[in-house]
Amino acid sequence: MERRKVLGLAGAGVAGAAAVGAGALALSRNDATTSVATELVSDAGGAIPFYGARQAGIITPAQDRLHFCAFDVITDDKAALVDMLQDWTAAAARMTQGRDAGTFGAVGGSLEAPPDDTGEALGLPASGLTLTIGFGPTLFRDARGKDRFGIAAKRPAALADLPKFPRDVLEDAISGGDIGVQACAHDPQVAVHAIRNLARIGMGKVSVRWSQLGFGRTSSTSTSQATPRNLFGFKDGTRNLKAEEPALLDEHLWVQPGDGPEWMTGGSYLVTRKVRMLVETWDRSPLAEQQTIIGRDKGEGAPLTGKLEHDEPDFAAQDGEGQPVIPMDSHLRLAHPDQNGGARMLRRGYNFVDGSDGLGRLNAGLFFMAYQRNPHKQFVPVQNSLAKLDALNEYIRHVSSAVFACPPGLPAADDYWGRSLFA
Amino acid sequence: MRPARLITAGAAATAAALLLTACGDKDADTQAGSAAASGKITVAASDTECKVERTSSNAGTVTFSIANKGTKINEFYVYAAGDRIMGEVENIAPGLSRDLIVELPAGTYETACKPGMIGKGIRGAFQVEGSAAPLTEDAKLAQATKDYQRYVKSQTSALIEQTTAFVTAVKAGDVAKAKSLFPIARTYWERIEPVAESFGDLDPKIDARDGDLEPGQEWTGFHKLEKDLWVTKDVSKDGPIADQLLKDVQTIVTKAETVTFSPVELANGAKGLLDEVATGKITGEEDRYSHTDLWDFAANIEGSQGAIQALRPALEERDPALVKTLDANFAKVEASLEKHRAGDGWKLHNQLTQADLKELSDTINALAEPISKVAALVAAKK
Repeated sequence: MERRKVLGLAGAGVAGAAAVGAGALALSRNDATTSVATELVSDAGGAIPFYGARQAGIITPAQDRLHFCAFDVITDDKAALVDMLQDWTAAAARMTQGRDAGTFGAVGGSLEAPPDDTGEALGLPASGLTLTIGFGPTLFRDARGKDRFGIAAKRPAALADLPKFPRDVLEDAISGGDIGVQACAHDPQVAVHAIRNLARIGMGKVSVRWSQLGFGRTSSTSTSQATPRNLFGFKDGTRNLKAEEPALLDEHLWVQPGDGPEWMTGGSYLVTRKVRMLVETWDRSPLAEQQTIIGRDKGEGAPLTGKLEHDEPDFAAQDGEGQPVIPMDSHLRLAHPDQNGGARMLRRGYNFVDGSDGLGRLNAGLFFMAYQRNPHKQFVPVQNSLAKLDALNEYIRHVSSAVFACPPGLPAADDYWGRSLFA
Repeated sequence: MRPARLITAGAAATAAALLLTACGDKDADTQAGSAAASGKITVAASDTECKVERTSSNAGTVTFSIANKGTKINEFYVYAAGDRIMGEVENIAPGLSRDLIVELPAGTYETACKPGMIGKGIRGAFQVEGSAAPLTEDAKLAQATKDYQRYVKSQTSALIEQTTAFVTAVKAGDVAKAKSLFPIARTYWERIEPVAESFGDLDPKIDARDGDLEPGQEWTGFHKLEKDLWVTKDVSKDGPIADQLLKDVQTIVTKAETVTFSPVELANGAKGLLDEVATGKITGEEDRYSHTDLWDFAANIEGSQGAIQALRPALEERDPALVKTLDANFAKVEASLEKHRAGDGWKLHNQLTQADLKELSDTINALAEPISKVAALVAAKK
């Protein structure tokens, strides 16, 4: 049963957006780049195609809300896991189109049976829901080194565990995971509904390891979006990769033929880091200090050497006393591609506030998510230089970490999440 | 819902007799127009969609006309509960149409297109309405009720015996003995808890925890004695509480022997016992003073199994695959629990790690989800 008549794909505010069917995402660099964003944009209620060459939820213009969930596989029965992944895929295909998780729905089934959908999304539109799956290193070999499903040989080198970074204070219980599912939507109720129903379908096969709610996307992933602000009050993701830059996406985001095992070609690697922000002390620091720590001005988001947000930073510029205008330990300088061998990522993080910590402080921060072609060539070097030198470290704590291999999209309904790994 | 008869290898032929597949393939486009006119239900199948024109029909002969508008070979199925195939048509080449004629009694079904002939297909609900056959007395369900009553009786006599021993030790001030008898008496109580709960006001008198009560209500029962044995360490004034507990247990037992439970109540009881484990025993809030939660945990599982065993013959007939799933998941719960055996009994709740508790919780969830499907199965007309 449909929750509601699903709206077309016409993106509100996108002039001349043409509705496109499954698999319409251009893969070739020669295609007109301007059409990509309009193909991916949904209005606040609309549905984003589930089937396609790429998984939705990566270059899809970042939605407002996140529910991320990491699962551990608790069965050793490969057939049971594959069966569940097929059920997950079917439920995901339905829910992303604004329909119930199961075929009978929240209220369409037998009175004596528990409904096959939990019901909290009844009457809500698809809300731009995307569900994106990734597989963690421990799916290939568990913590004890066991190859539970006979897939260890398929593990890409790029999925090697992240190294320990200086200053990491990671909590094991909210780090890692065999399978990660990113649910993004414009409505938090829709995102939570999706994760809740997948968790229920998975019972006995997978178990929720940790999950994270996020709000207020901290990056734009399309030129059609303004740069949003993180909880430090600064624009975040100014130099992010954008959906409209296919050549750059092929270079930095999508796994290319020959990079590793074929099943990941066309996919991408996701790194998630939960970064607690000590907002109370940050809020007491002078504006000038905040701006020199970040390397940008707070209002416009321009580098300290420029006037506008998208001005290129001039790292050589010096002040009257011969000091660099953009300090050596500023976040902008340390994270910038020019200082990291050109490394770029598609950041897709969200703010979080998980209540308070009992000490009168908000438990708040950034749930950092970044997609990339190879974490060990992109996230790892950037994070190493940040962890060592970033002036911002006084105000942040990395409390969780995970890495997932996100395969390419499913072209048709005879394919399912993980088939290339298990079939 | 009306599950089909048990399908054996030979029965597949019977099913096949119900459907006459149109022999000649037709062109998908010319087919569509004529199908709608003839009362057939058109199905537009593609590589990513399965658009069934109507999702309900009257009982009797139903004809689906499936047009493959995709690029992959497609299949179309009609399933009853438990994925029993009521009818199927295979090998629908791209651009062609095929008909499926299938006999459907009133009930709830699923339609499925399978582009590429792989996986679970793109499913949708399909309701068949009409005069269902009158609900005949199902001998197996009637027997289930009787069998469960026998199970309850076997537990209630032991419950009286062990509760008597327990309260005697309390009244004698023999704290050590009372402590050892407490989880044993509760075992028989926890196995038949759904029965006890059906007598409203008696359950709280016997099993209320501190904090469950309204202001002014007197706290009586097992857990009051538990607190005095383990925490207050003084049962000298508990004679009246002990007498009251035995009296209340005797009342329950007398009532339990006269009451019968319907098959649906049995099924819901089996699920309810697992919910008790998930919400009260895993968390350690049931026996918060003695930490003997695992005795209750084991008893809840045994009670759930008792109800399922009584229903077993009926379930075997209606959904043998579900029975296999339940058996496997009961075994997993038992294996997880077995790790925490200590002597004749169990480890205390406060000796378990968070990882132990999570594993127990996961196995309970794995069992409770399929058990929650049993009620609808026994409620269905056969």
